[in-house]
Amino acid sequence: MPPRLFVAIALALSIGLGLAVSPFASSAPDGLQSVAVKHAFADRSTAGATAARAPAPGYAFPGVRDQRLARGLAGFAGTLAVFAISMGLGALIRRRRWTPATTHLS
Amino acid sequence: MHLTLAMHIPDGFLSGQVAAATAVMATLVVAVALRIADRSIDEHQAPLLGVLAAFVFAVQMLNFPVVGGTSGHFLGAALAAVLLGPWLACLVMTVVVTTQALAFADGGIGALGANVLNMGVLGALLGGLIVAGAVKVVRPNHTLYLAVVGVGAWVAVMAGAAATSIELALSGTIPLGTVLPPMLGVHAFIGIGEAFITIVAVSGVLAARPDLVAIGCGRPLPVVLAPPRRHPGVAEEAS
Repeated sequence: MPPRLFVAIALALSIGLGLAVSPFASSAPDGLQSVAVKHAFADRSTAGATAARAPAPGYAFPGVRDQRLARGLAGFAGTLAVFAISMGLGALIRRRRWTPATTHLS
Repeated sequence: MHLTLAMHIPDGFLSGQVAAATAVMATLVVAVALRIADRSIDEHQAPLLGVLAAFVFAVQMLNFPVVGGTSGHFLGAALAAVLLGPWLACLVMTVVVTTQALAFADGGIGALGANVLNMGVLGALLGGLIVAGAVKVVRPNHTLYLAVVGVGAWVAVMAGAAATSIELALSGTIPLGTVLPPMLGVHAFIGIGEAFITIVAVSGVLAARPDLVAIGCGRPLPVVLAPPRRHPGVAEEAS
């Protein structure tokens, strides 16, 4: 399989999962959350303050009423965002490697 | 407000000292990872970095139910370590966990260092070490290799759960003896899901592009700390 096709398929799969499958994920409290509730330290969380600064707190795309749609859109945007950031990081590292300062190692 | 937190520690759970100490440790590891990536990354790995971050982010959103009305989700650190080597995996996980905190308020900002360590660094280094060690010592066949990958993924989740418990205890939030057993108990099940997803994903990549697996079973022995650099132009290693 050519590299570009592999990347395209893997990215399409990831976007599909983030967009269309994530709205149907379990909303039960997760491992840490349920332990925190059971042992009465959940109320120490100041996640509300974190949420106030985040553009899409709790994976809810801003301005979208429908919860599932909001989560799907957040999944779509987030998946694309981390793809772009990591691609950029990889390109940056690779570019650095070919500068004269680093190639003299070989 | 309903927030789907994960193993992600929200702000408020950790003391200032623990938050600061874990932030320093995470920063040091990322600095080391960047230095090693500088020398070891090859041209196939830059796009793989992006795709893997996308996959890990998307699949982390897919909470699945486990025992007792609790859910869990994939972490992906061991998967990233197997596909990219442990150090690039640390970078991928750092991008994912940081984006989750800043954009989606999943995990605290002050707790970011702890979350990067617990869900990224520990799993990537430990999972990578387990799989690379087993490949080196046992030279496993395909089935045994995938089993080892599953074990690495399970251990990565358990290590993250243990580290989370220790940080909560050091912060004075809850005694270790109280928090550790239930955290390990529930994550033992979540780890099974982690192992399953990791095995499926590694199998898929092995079938499509076995050359993209950094710690594979059919490749020359991987060097744990710095994955061998495949030179552009030299197509396939002679086997």
